[in-house]
Amino acid sequence: MLTPTIQVNNLKKQFPGVDAVNDVSFAIHEGSCFGLLGPNGAGKTTTIEIMEGILPTTAGQVLYKGQPIGSRFQQEAGIQFQNTALQEFLTVKETLQLFQKLYARSVDLEELIETCALGEFLERDNRKLSGGQRQRLLLAIALVNDPQMVFLDEPTTGLDPQSRRNFWRLIENIKARGKTILLTTHYMEEAAVLCDEIAIMDHGRIIAMGSPKDLLEAHFNDILLQLPEEDFVLPQTPPNWDVRRHNSHIIIHTDAVHDTIRYLQEHNVSLARMEIRTRTLEDLFLELTGKELRG
Amino acid sequence: MSWQRFAALLHARNLEFIRDRSALSWSILLPVLLVLGFAFLFSNPDKDIYKVGVYGGDGTETDFFATEYIQFIPVTDLEPAIGKVKHHQLDMLIDMSSKPRYWLNSTSANGYVLERVLWGTTTTNAASGFIKQTVSGREIRYVDWAMPGILAMNMMFGCLFGVGYVIVRYRKNGVLKRLKATPLTAFEFLSAQVVSRIILLITVTTFVFVGTDFLINFVMLGSYATLLLVFSLGALCLVCLGLIMAARTASEELAGGILNLVAWPMMIFSGVWFSLEGVHPAAQYFAQVLPLTHIIDAARAVMNDGASLIDILPQLGILTVMTVVFLAIGASLFRWE
Repeated sequence: MLTPTIQVNNLKKQFPGVDAVNDVSFAIHEGSCFGLLGPNGAGKTTTIEIMEGILPTTAGQVLYKGQPIGSRFQQEAGIQFQNTALQEFLTVKETLQLFQKLYARSVDLEELIETCALGEFLERDNRKLSGGQRQRLLLAIALVNDPQMVFLDEPTTGLDPQSRRNFWRLIENIKARGKTILLTTHYMEEAAVLCDEIAIMDHGRIIAMGSPKDLLEAHFNDILLQLPEEDFVLPQTPPNWDVRRHNSHIIIHTDAVHDTIRYLQEHNVSLARMEIRTRTLEDLFLELTGKELRG
Repeated sequence: MSWQRFAALLHARNLEFIRDRSALSWSILLPVLLVLGFAFLFSNPDKDIYKVGVYGGDGTETDFFATEYIQFIPVTDLEPAIGKVKHHQLDMLIDMSSKPRYWLNSTSANGYVLERVLWGTTTTNAASGFIKQTVSGREIRYVDWAMPGILAMNMMFGCLFGVGYVIVRYRKNGVLKRLKATPLTAFEFLSAQVVSRIILLITVTTFVFVGTDFLINFVMLGSYATLLLVFSLGALCLVCLGLIMAARTASEELAGGILNLVAWPMMIFSGVWFSLEGVHPAAQYFAQVLPLTHIIDAARAVMNDGASLIDILPQLGILTVMTVVFLAIGASLFRWE
């Protein structure tokens, strides 16, 4: 079996009074995008920062290509932090040139500028960038050394939906070049679009891991029918139905969609505002932890 | 040590400083304004107190010592006191230790007046016993005396806050964390900060020096190369002191407090504004542990007295030792986060 690009074994991190990361293990293989999901405070950023060599670990180890992380890792890793500032009074181009010179190997800057769509604001001071422009610059910095392993810690947090989707395209571009990616996010849709494999964290532990499809199949075999509460007028709900109320809506969990719809039609329930949807990672998280992902 | 990484960071830091117009302007304007202010304040020639240095004797030998509006200053060493007469820092020097002698500056109006007073208040026989000696030299105005201290003080603030505060800000806003995630080493990072700051401070100090000299034509008797060495070593020493202050904290407020705690005693006790001669011995001992004291002593000796490199070796030696100690402590305490 091929050695994973990066592997964490029984990782633990304790801060005074709290176990931020508790016995976390996983491996990421070359060319795949691995998503680390969880609500704020789940331990995602602590895990990723230990992997990046920013934080020391309390116990456990991180192996990059089978070796403890060291100078090779620093040269071959590209990192986009969740919160970071850049040197003031430097332009976007000067910032890229600065980071380019910190590495032994680097990509062609013109190509990087095009890939990350930085051309329009190349001569702009770092302090005058919008949220989306700034995230693109931070991504470009993470890619400036032509990394083999890319860490993206909540790269789209705070972006508007359009900027977020634009950013997804950039990440898909990076994936297409065969880079190995570790992405943390609390946007389930983002993970579903970008990740080949995910691990869901809560309270410092991994509570589920696998490909999004496998995880959903393993946990759910039903479809959800959602109706406004006032439309759901039945003399009697069949006793074998799983019906739940949520935000003024009735949600029917069923594995027999046709039979359920037929029953509703027979009892003159208006289906005009009915929505049918399959299970999502958001549902999976709710199922596993009993709480909303971004709650 | 990668010179490419060092040079990249040095260039970036220089750009940051040069483009921060408000900080750059202030670092040039503040000392110029201070010097001009002192030049104006102390330009009034109507001084009502004459300064006479007295070497030996008990102050009863002549009624001259009872004259009002004359400040009699005991001196313990004749040579430096004669130097002060040369530079008009003393209007007259009297030696009563053996055969009475007095020194005057041949170009000092105050000295001429004091000589007339001495003769008028001393019996003819006694007065005839005084041996008159004259010296000559350009007057050292207060602003000339204060100039080395003001330059050094401006440099001190630039070093402490320009390095210490900037590193703390970098740590707080995550710039250090971002740099830590690259192959850059702490030594390369700190070296770039130190070298950048010294280059910029020496450049700024040169501008201030030339500009104020053009405006008030202050005294510069020594070698420019020696003065450059004093300020370069002094800047390095103070930057290393700044590194200690910035080694760990991520709080700008705390860093500001600590830096002020270090800067203000130097402002007061290092002889920027007044001579430490005659102050309490405890204060004089305390001043010796402050790097600014040795920078100012050396710079003042070069500028006001024309001291050579050999003359200021003790101060340079102390500054070198302090630099090594500060650097060792700062480097060992430094944390990226």
